[in-house]
Amino acid sequence: MSTIHKNAPKATTAPAARTDLLGSEILVAALEREGVEAIFAYPGGASLEIHQALTRSKPIHVYLPRHEQGGVFAAEGYARASGKVGVCMATSGPGATNLVTGIADAYMDSVPIVAITGQVPQSMIGKGAFQETDIYGMTLPVVKHSYLVTDVHDLPRIVKEAFHIAGTGRPGPVLIDVPKNVQQSRAQPVFPDTVNLRGYHPEPRADDAALTEILDLIERAERPVLYAGGGIISSSAAGELRRFVEATQIPVATTIMGCGAFPETHPLSLKWLGMHGAAYANWAVAGADLLLAFGVRFDDRVTGKVDKFCEHGTIVHVDIDASEINKNRRVHLPIVSDIHHALRRLNELLAGRPVQKRFHGWHAQVAEWKAKAPFSYKVNADTLKSQHIRDLMGGDASQVILPQEAIAVLHELTGGEAVITTGVGQHQMWAGQFYQFRQPRQFITSAGLGSMGFGYPAALGAKVACPDRQVIDIDGDGSFLMNVQELAMAHIEGIAAKAVVLNNQHLGMVVQWEDRFYEGNRGQTYLGDIENARQIYPDFVTIAKGFNVPAERVVFKRDLRAALQRMLDSSEPYLLDIITPYTEHVLPFIPAGKTVKEMIWE
Amino acid sequence: MPPGRPRFPTERGFLIYGERPERDKTAVGHIHRQHWQITMRHTISVLVENKFGVLTRVAGLFSGRGFNIDTLNVAPTQDPTVSRMTITTRGDDATVDQIVKQLNKLVDTIAVQDFREGESVDRELVLVKVSVNSSTRAEVMQITTIFRAKIIDVQPASVTIEITGDEGKVDKFIELMRPFNILELTRTGKVALPRK
Repeated sequence: MSTIHKNAPKATTAPAARTDLLGSEILVAALEREGVEAIFAYPGGASLEIHQALTRSKPIHVYLPRHEQGGVFAAEGYARASGKVGVCMATSGPGATNLVTGIADAYMDSVPIVAITGQVPQSMIGKGAFQETDIYGMTLPVVKHSYLVTDVHDLPRIVKEAFHIAGTGRPGPVLIDVPKNVQQSRAQPVFPDTVNLRGYHPEPRADDAALTEILDLIERAERPVLYAGGGIISSSAAGELRRFVEATQIPVATTIMGCGAFPETHPLSLKWLGMHGAAYANWAVAGADLLLAFGVRFDDRVTGKVDKFCEHGTIVHVDIDASEINKNRRVHLPIVSDIHHALRRLNELLAGRPVQKRFHGWHAQVAEWKAKAPFSYKVNADTLKSQHIRDLMGGDASQVILPQEAIAVLHELTGGEAVITTGVGQHQMWAGQFYQFRQPRQFITSAGLGSMGFGYPAALGAKVACPDRQVIDIDGDGSFLMNVQELAMAHIEGIAAKAVVLNNQHLGMVVQWEDRFYEGNRGQTYLGDIENARQIYPDFVTIAKGFNVPAERVVFKRDLRAALQRMLDSSEPYLLDIITPYTEHVLPFIPAGKTVKEMIWE
Repeated sequence: MPPGRPRFPTERGFLIYGERPERDKTAVGHIHRQHWQITMRHTISVLVENKFGVLTRVAGLFSGRGFNIDTLNVAPTQDPTVSRMTITTRGDDATVDQIVKQLNKLVDTIAVQDFREGESVDRELVLVKVSVNSSTRAEVMQITTIFRAKIIDVQPASVTIEITGDEGKVDKFIELMRPFNILELTRTGKVALPRK
C-alpha cells in the first residue's frame, strides 16, 4: 500500500498518465477533479478502503461526524450555504440506512448532495451478508439519481455524472453505492471531460412569447403578487428577481425555502406566506388577481386548501421541473423554464417596454394589512399563570424570555448578517418570522421533509462552507437532542458554529396542536423529567461540557443580551441554552387544509 | 379497479361514479378530485437506457401512487443500448399526466409518449392452451383459422394457440375459447409504435 501513496492523483495532473490505481483511489481522484474540498464521512468495514485513499488526498478534508445522519445533514448545510455539491459518505448496512433521512431531506428541498456508500463485495450481495443492505433499492424514491458501481472502470464516469446531475437543473441528491471489491480492484482510470446523458436535459428555457404574456398579464392586473421559492436561490436569481420587482413594483411573498431570495427589509417584501407565514402575505395572495409563482411547488404548508389558494387570481407558474406544473394546483399560464433565464429575459424585455401600471391602490391595501397584523409577541395569559413564571421566575413575569424575543435580539446583535440554521418546530417558524433575511442562502432549514435534528449538523456544514461568517443554529430542545453528538465534530474539527437552544422542555409544535385540537391532552410531548419538573432536563450545559464545548444557560431576560453577545464573540463552537415558556403558540396559524379565512392571527 | 363498481364504457374510457378506490385516495392527496371522473386507459411508451434498475424506477412511479400497471412489455430496440417499454394503465388524466412527467424526469429515460387513440399501432401476442377432445378439436381449429391464429402445439387433450392482434381481436378470441375450457394463458401485453 505504501508504494501507491506517491501516485495519488491531483486535480491538476493529466489523466491516465500513471499506472493502474485502486478503485478507492480512482474514486478519490474523481472527487478531487470535481473540486471537492470537504467530505463528511463515518468509516466502516465497507468504506474504510476509501478512507484509506482519502488520507492521502491533499485537497479533500474529511470531517468525522458522530452519526451518519449528522454527516448527511452537514453535507446539506454545506450545499445549502455554498450552492456547491455537498458530499457525505458512510459504510454499508446501518451506515447507509442512517443516511436515508438526509437523502430524503435533500430530495424534498432540492439540495445538491452526493452520498457515497460502501457496499459488501459483489460476490456477497444478496446473501444476507454482514452489514448488507440494498441501499440502492431503498433510496430509489428519494434520489434524483443513483448508481451501483459494478465495474471499477465506470467509476470516473459515474462520479462525473453524479456531480453533474446533483448540481444542475433542479438540484437533488445522487447516491453512489460502491461494493468493496470494486474499491479494491485495480484499473487504469480514464477521466472523462464531458458528461453524455441523452435522457437528461436539465435547463429548459422559456421563449419570449411566453414571457411577453407575463408582461401583458401584469399590465392588465390590479392586485399582483409574486410568490417566490427556493428555485430563485438554487438558480442564483435573487439579483434578477430584485430588478424585476423594482421594475414592476409587485409585492413579493417568499416561501420558507425562498427566505432571503428577496430582502425582507425591502418595502415590497411581504416576508413569507403559508401556515405560519405573515398574515398580510396570506391576505395579499388571497386577494390577488395575478399570482406570479416563480420557482415554487405549491406545497400544502403554503397553500392550505389548495383549490382555494388564490382562488380568483390568474396564476402564472414558472418552474424548471415540468412535473411541478399542474401537480398540486392547475394554473392558467404554466411555463417550464430555468427561473434565472426567465427573470433575466423578463428584465431585458421590461427595459424595452416598462410597466405602466404602478399599483398604488394595491400598495395602500397591502400597507394597511401590514400595519394591521405585523409579526408580534407578548406575554400571554397562559404564560402569566404558568409554572414557568411561578417556579423559575419567582413570579416575576418581566424576566421571562419569550422565544420570539430571543430571536429578535439575536437578529439585532448580528446585524441580520448571520447564516441561520434551524431544527423543526416552533423555533423554526419563529426563526423565520423574527430574523430578517436579506441574502439568499442565509436561512438553512429542513422545510419539505421537516427533519428534527437538522439544525446543528447543518450549521457545522454551513460553517465549513462559510468559515468567515457567523453561523448560528436556532434550535429547540427536542430537535437539538436528536443530533447532540455533533458537538464532538464541532469541537474536534474546530468548527465554530453556535447553537441557541430555545428550551421549553416540550415538543412545542405538537403541544400547540394538542392545545388547539386535542384539548391540551399531552401525548408524549413533555421532554423534561416528570419526577423532577423544576429541574431543566436534560442539562445541555453539562452535556456540552462533556464535549469540551463552552456553554451557558440563560433563564432571566436581564441576562439574555450579554449571554448572546458572549456566544457571538466566542471563536469556538458555543451552546446557549435559553429557557423559555412552553405556553407560546406560533401565530399566525392556518390549520392544515384550511383557508386564509380560517387563519388565527390574534 | 375493484369489482362491482359501476362502470360505463364511454368513447375513450370508463366513467366511474362515486369515490375512487381507497388506495388511490392516499396516493396524491393534493390533487383535487371531483365526484366523478373519467378513468382513461392509457398506453405509455417509454424509451429508456438498457440498464439495470431502470425497470424498478419506472415501476416505482406507478406503485408509489397506488396505480396498477395493467400490462408492461420491455425489450431492447434496434439500438441495443435502448429499450422500449410499453405500459398500459388506467388513471384519471391529471395523475397519468403527472406520471408521464415523472417518467420524463428520470435520468435514464430518453423519451416518453402517452399515446392517444389513433396515434399508434399496437399488437399483443397471446398463447392460450385450450382443453380439447375429439368432438371439440375441429371447432377450436376452425375458430383459430377464422382469427388467423396459429396452433403451435397439439397434445392429446389440449392445443396451444398463438394469436396476435389488437386488444379487441385478442379479447374476442379469448372469449370464444372460454367455453372450451382455457387451461393456461399468457399475454405479452400491448406493444405499440407511433404511426408517425
